[in-house]
This record gives sequence, C-alpha cells and structure tokens, in this order.
Amino acid sequence: MLAVDLQQLTKRYGSVTAVDGLSLQVTPGEIVAFLGPNGAGKTTTIDMLLGLVTPDAGTVRVYGKSPAEAVARGEVSAVMQSGGLLKDFTVGETVSYMASLYANSRPAAEVLERAGIAHIVDRRVAKCSGGEQQRLRFAIALLSDPRLLVLDEPTTGMDVEGRRDFWGAIRRDATRGRTILFATHYLDEADAHADRIVLVRQGRIVADGTTSEIKALASGRVVRATLANAPVDILRALPGVIAVDVRGELVQLQCSDSDTVARYLLTETAARDLEVVAQNLEAAFVALTSADAPAGVPFASSSASSPLAGVA
Amino acid sequence: MSTVMTTTLIDDVRRVPALGGFNLTAIGLEIRRVLRNRRTLMFLLIFPNLFFYLFGIVGGAARGGAAGLTLVMINMAVYGAMGGTTSGGAAVALERSLGWSRQLRLTPLKPSAYIAMKVLVSMMLGAIAITSTFVVGSLNGVHMSAGVWLMSALAAWVASFVFAAFGLFMGFLLPSENVMQFVGPMLAVMALFGGIFIPLKVLPPTLQTIAHFTPMFGVGQLARAPFSGDPIFTPLLSVLAWTLLFGVGAMWLFRRDTQRV
Repeated sequence: MLAVDLQQLTKRYGSVTAVDGLSLQVTPGEIVAFLGPNGAGKTTTIDMLLGLVTPDAGTVRVYGKSPAEAVARGEVSAVMQSGGLLKDFTVGETVSYMASLYANSRPAAEVLERAGIAHIVDRRVAKCSGGEQQRLRFAIALLSDPRLLVLDEPTTGMDVEGRRDFWGAIRRDATRGRTILFATHYLDEADAHADRIVLVRQGRIVADGTTSEIKALASGRVVRATLANAPVDILRALPGVIAVDVRGELVQLQCSDSDTVARYLLTETAARDLEVVAQNLEAAFVALTSADAPAGVPFASSSASSPLAGVA
Repeated sequence: MSTVMTTTLIDDVRRVPALGGFNLTAIGLEIRRVLRNRRTLMFLLIFPNLFFYLFGIVGGAARGGAAGLTLVMINMAVYGAMGGTTSGGAAVALERSLGWSRQLRLTPLKPSAYIAMKVLVSMMLGAIAITSTFVVGSLNGVHMSAGVWLMSALAAWVASFVFAAFGLFMGFLLPSENVMQFVGPMLAVMALFGGIFIPLKVLPPTLQTIAHFTPMFGVGQLARAPFSGDPIFTPLLSVLAWTLLFGVGAMWLFRRDTQRV
C-alpha cells in the first residue's frame, strides 16, 4: 500500500492555480523532500494531503484512506511552519493536552525526550525560542506514532544551531521506518536529509528522482552549440547524455561526459559556437524551478531516458 | 515469544478516540491555563466583587438595606458569570488567530467535541464567578435560606449559558487576539440595559421597554427570582430566544469556519 497517493491534484484560488494536476506516489519508509521556491504550491499540496484544504479536482489517499480518516486514526501528523501553539501553556501541558485527544498515544515523557525538549517541560511556550517551539511541534506530531510525518518548511526562520538540532531529532526518529515528507526551499536540506527529491514549480512536479539522480543531473555540464537540423536521437544516445533540448538552431545537452559530446559535435556535425558550462545543484534547482523559466523542463523535456520521471 | 517490542510502535490497528476526542484531561488543562490569565481573573473575580463592594456595601444602605445588598450580590454574580462564559466562548477567536484551531484539525478531535469542551470550560468559569461573589456576599452580610442561595446560583449559572453561545458567536465572528477588548464594553452595555448595574426603574420608559429585549435582562430576572419572587415566564422566554439566536449564529459561523480552515 502506498503511504501517499496524490492523483491529478488541482487547487485554484481565484485566477491563480496554486496546484496544477499534481500526481505523487510515496512508498512506506521513504524520506521525500518537496523542494521548490516560495509560491510553488508546496504548502497548498500539503494542506490537501492533510485534509485542511479540499482539492478542486483530483484525489488524496494516505495509507489508502482519506486524509480525515488518516488524521482521526493518528496515521498522519504534521509539523507546520509556524503558529499552532498557545503561549500560556507550558511545553508539558501542550503535549499532555494534545496526547489526551488520541485513542492511543505515546507517553508525553517519551515524545519530549525524543524531540530533545525534556529539559524545558515546565517552560511557557511564550518563553521558548523558535527552535524549541519547532521541536515542541515535532513532539506533538510524534504523539500518535504516525506512519506518515509531514513537515512544512520546518526550519524556516531558525538559526544554524536550531536547524541542526531539529534535523538531528528528525533523523534519529527516521531510523524507525516512518515515512517522511518535508517541504523546503533550502536545497542543502533536501540534499542532506532526503532519499528522494521532488522538485515543484508553479504547482507542478518538474523533476522527481533519488537525491543522487538529481545530483547527477545537476552536477554534470551543459554543452550548447548552434546546429541546424540536429540529430536528436543520435545525440540522446551519446554516452553520458542526460537530456537534449532543441530550440530552433540552438542545441543544449545536459551531460555527464562533456568531452565526448563536444568531440562528437565538432567532428561529426556542423555544430559551431560551442560552449561548455559547468552546472551545480543550485543552478539546476534555479533552472528547474524559477518562475521565469520556460514552461516544461529546460533539459529533460525531450528525454524519456532522463532520471527525471514525472516530467511535465 | 517473550520479547515485547517496545520500540515498534507503528501499529496496523489504530482506533478513533471515544466522544470525538472530548475528554476531562484537556478540560482540566484548559481551566488551569485560563485561570493563569490575569485579564480573565479580572472579569471573573475582581470586577464583580469590586462592584459588589462599591454598589452594595459602600452605597447599599441608601438603596434598600439588606434586600438591596442581596440583589446587588446576585446581579454581580450574574455579571461575573456573563464575563466568564463569554470569555470562555470568545477564546476561539484567539485560538483561530494563533493557528491552534488548525493544529487541532490535525488531531482526531472532532470540531463538535472542541465546541463542547469550550462550552464546558465556559460554564465552569461562570460557576467560579458565581461562587466567588456568593461567598464574598455571605461573608459580608447577605442572608438567604439555603434553598434560595442554591436556586439563585443555579438560575444564574444555567441562564448564563446564553453568554457562552454569545462568546462563541463573537469568537467565530472576530478573528482577533484581543476579542475581549471589543466584547468587554458590549458586556458593560448589556449589563446596564439588563438591570444589572442599575435598577431599570431609573431609566426613561422607552429605554425600559427596549431593555426588556436585551440579552442580559432575562438572566438577571431569573437569578433574582428565587429571592424576589418575581414571575419567571417572560425572562425564561427571553433567555431561550437569545440562546437560540446566538447558538444558531455561532453554529453557522462555526460551519463556515471548519469548511475554510
């Protein structure tokens, strides 16, 4: 059974399409990063996944159930970006209150310990730092021992130390086989903590692969040249070519072996104005997710063999 | 197998809580939290007893001696109960603005159970206010038979349910952290027209007529009836009508709210 099954999810707010026919499947135990710039539709997607927002079209299943049913049975819980705490409760009271709402819940002491906040149990929420409040949200999310944990930009506004402590707690917990889906716009967070990265832009998934696939895609080079009637099929079959994009006479190849590609272009074709550009993960992220990038994916749009499954 | 897998917690069998998540632990924590709030304590304990002292003890002799003192005490208990129940209901405004309601939507707590707990907390705050004023009154020269004490307290308490509904209505209407800043003055005006701060007899006839149709009027009449022996049919009708009005209004706003959050 899939942990998450989103089919053709769509949500519009007036004339703005926040989520646009998004489909995503997550298998149990995966740690998936939902990566994209602000306004890409990450939060709206997560809100639909949690049943906080009703989709205009499409379906959501969480472990085969509707979001409401999954929430009622404690199968899914979430750490939201901000808010959701009462300032005049103490840390311990907040956890006890939330624990009382579940049919079965883990002991308060256990989740406090696991979230690393057992030492501030008597502190008022108002007196907690941003990082401590976030670990409190995490402790609350652990109460139902959820099969799926959703984190919506969990470290926004935290300092370096807070982020490190927070992810330390998440990673210790993840060894227990929980499915984790987290939204972030920090590339390094996705890289460091996810098995799989799903890139979203303008409400659509523009790339989906294992972290190493996304890195391979991004860490290669781009070879550009001017070439009329480019033999796309031959180019695509060259060793190390990940994706081919042809626009008029401009040919752009995303590849891991730029020497072979350049040699081929210069010796076997009439290519001219050839340039080789290094590509890093950051640049790939920007290229794939920037709002002013052309519709579709710059590199992968014509490539079926790309590691980027689920390309628009 | 003698090994108990205490570390494997991800069950395949998961239950939904009884009563939609309604439980006494949450209510107890909620009461404890609310009673730490200075503003709530002012509405609940300070204002009613201060007014009892000012209107009743300091100014009481001029207005009808022991009976006057008793009526002032009952009125102030009603005023305190109104503040308590209203602030309990209006707390949903704060909880919505802080995202607490949203957080609760991610738990098994059913919205109707949440409302039920809010109403219960409101009613307990009302009971605390009434008890405190009655205790202060009994220590300061108010004498009634046990039955009248009990009936008066009970009438004030049950009737103040209308203000729990009013608080919920305002709480869903105004998504503000400081909803009591709007509602507090409204309560004062309602208390004035409800004959709580001054006898309605001192108002001009037109205002007296209007006052009979305000939400506080019936609550005060019902609470005073065991002592004064006044008829209770009209005030009962008034309380029921306002409860229905605020209750339906709160329910409507609540439905709208749960669809949107």
